[in-house]
Amino acid sequence: MDVVTQMQRQLLQYTSSLFKEGFLDDQFNQLQQLQDESNPEFVVEVVTLFFEDAERLLNELSKSLEQESIHFRRVDAHVHQLKGSSSSIGAQRVQRVCIAFRNFCEQQNVEGCLKSLQEIKQEYSLVKTKLETLFKMEKQLFAAGGSSVSR
Amino acid sequence: MECEGVVSGVRMGESSEEVHVLAVDDSLVDRKVIERLLKILACKVTAVDSGVRALEYLGLDQSDAFVEGLKVDLIITDYCMPGMTGYDLLKKIKESSTFREIPVVIMSSENILPRIDRCLEEGAEDFIVKPVKLSDVKRLKDYGVGGRINKRKLPDTTELDLSSSPPSDSSSSPSISPSSPPVIDSPIQRLKMTTTALD
Repeated sequence: MDVVTQMQRQLLQYTSSLFKEGFLDDQFNQLQQLQDESNPEFVVEVVTLFFEDAERLLNELSKSLEQESIHFRRVDAHVHQLKGSSSSIGAQRVQRVCIAFRNFCEQQNVEGCLKSLQEIKQEYSLVKTKLETLFKMEKQLFAAGGSSVSR
Repeated sequence: MECEGVVSGVRMGESSEEVHVLAVDDSLVDRKVIERLLKILACKVTAVDSGVRALEYLGLDQSDAFVEGLKVDLIITDYCMPGMTGYDLLKKIKESSTFREIPVVIMSSENILPRIDRCLEEGAEDFIVKPVKLSDVKRLKDYGVGGRINKRKLPDTTELDLSSSPPSDSSSSPSISPSSPPVIDSPIQRLKMTTTALD
């Protein structure tokens, strides 16, 4: 098996595992379908925007929850935004924790919120690492003369 | 009156058959996605980050002033936005004698029936539940999305259909993903079917 075929197979298996483990859902597929020769970096670009957005929101959330008196509405607004953008790129596990987080906000449950924040940070960190790995593999495949099988 | 900051200045007569969509969403990620979706369907897109900016773009911020050369065929807006919601924006557009005929589509991450009803009652043409997919935007072809005149040979939109999944052993095809929500008819489709019968 030549190198390119091997790399393609590895990429496929890796991508597949991300779906199986629930890190990504169908929306990620949708984004891949929107990528073509005229927009070869579309997925990376959108995901990068998501990373920036998520990091900003996680910072805001940390600050908000450190306050003496917590503004749950404000916290909820941030979580809502994070839920939205994670949903738009298919980051399923992050999105799911956001849903739980919003419930805690509604209940004004500080412990629950803090716990959710920790979970989101964890899930975000995981999906970020995995997506970065995915993009790196795609780049290497492309450099070796292959093309990503998603196209 | 010149409209400042016009990114995709549509000039009359030149590309008049190209559909110009004004997209409104406070989320940068979502703006990028909707813009790509619309461009794939051969639309010209102007994306703004708030209802206020949308009104500015339309020239509705000060008075119902006519903006020279401005042609907007469709407005697609997020519902939940800080400050002015998509619903507020919808109302303002429908109150305007210049723009009330422009179809407005609302997007929302929450599939709340009363919210959908409210928007429809206020004159929204359609309601899309986020995350937005290509099939959602293709549904808007009644408003010219995907090309309305045969003059322009556009790619057959069915080629972009997701049912043509990637070949071989890709197990990431939509049907296998356990988390994808069940495919249901758009609530607006059902509502539309009843309302057109009453026309």
